Amino acid sequence: MKAVLALLPALLLTLAGLWGLGKKTDVYAAFTRGAADALPVLGRVLTSLAALLPAVYMLRASGALEAAADLLSPLFSRVGVPPETVPLLLIRPLSGSAALALGIELMARFGPDSPVGRTAAVMLGSTETTFYVISVYFGGAGAGVSRRVVAAALCADLVGFLSAAWSVRLFFP
Amino acid sequence: MLLSGIWTVMLLLSLACGLGCGNAAAVGAAALEGANAAVELLLTLAGPLLFWSGLQELLARSGIAGALGRRLSPLLVRLFPSCREDEELSAALGANLSANLLGLGNAATPAGIRAASLLQARGSPDRGELCRLVVMNTASLQLIPATVGAVRQSLGAASPFDILPAVWIVSLLSVTAGLLAEGLLRP
Repeated sequence: MKAVLALLPALLLTLAGLWGLGKKTDVYAAFTRGAADALPVLGRVLTSLAALLPAVYMLRASGALEAAADLLSPLFSRVGVPPETVPLLLIRPLSGSAALALGIELMARFGPDSPVGRTAAVMLGSTETTFYVISVYFGGAGAGVSRRVVAAALCADLVGFLSAAWSVRLFFP
Repeated sequence: MLLSGIWTVMLLLSLACGLGCGNAAAVGAAALEGANAAVELLLTLAGPLLFWSGLQELLARSGIAGALGRRLSPLLVRLFPSCREDEELSAALGANLSANLLGLGNAATPAGIRAASLLQARGSPDRGELCRLVVMNTASLQLIPATVGAVRQSLGAASPFDILPAVWIVSLLSVTAGLLAEGLLRP
């Protein structure tokens, strides 16, 4: 399992290339077109980072973040959630690139293999930008937004947030 | 707008706390440090992100996504009974789910919106299937969370994808919670 996961990028690339070539797809052009799709994403992530990181760095330098973490940690430690990841819960449903920026900051500061870094990674990987998806789908279908769906989706986000912390402790004790 | 509020509160809190605790100079320096860090992080992130984005398009164009979509139809019929009588709906839902599983955001959204429009046009009174589709799409169902993997890789994680089993379990738990909540809240 571990070897397969380590080899994953190279393995997938080769398999997809072979499969596509077998179907007479221009696999090289497909890859470069896909890589081009990442350019606007990089732009959005950079601007989000440029807006959020000064705010996060300021919070840290002022001592406010430490004070808040000290205040919140008894509560969140009880449910097993690292208090540093709480801001991610607030921003995740609102903005994909802002949440990614915040997650990158957490992983860079605490290390990608630290409990905080892993929890942030699992949270980002297993949730979506809830409000964006809801507005795009109901808007695209020409239907009014259902309040039931907003409530259910936020409930799913909360379960995802709590179980991300739980699963990190389970898999990486 | 909500994000603007959160952001402004962050700025205000750090200014007030910095002045109150005597860290004002550090707060001023930190603002620019943050902007610098933004560029540094982006540079380490760019390569992995380009790679995964290219690979995902390759998965979509090579026909792997389509093959996966057809295999998923037994599952779809259970969640969306209308599939049984509507070929077009079944195809759109299959494309949406398979693109989600492969992390192809660009392909998942158009297929999902087509499925949502078809469900809306069928006009079931409680909109159960439409709501279920939206809830499923707000809870990410990716098999390979490529962006997060790319970030972990760029930051030097020992094994960037060792979080996959955790991500799968959490995705499954959160989508189940969302679908259950939607069912319970239905009048």
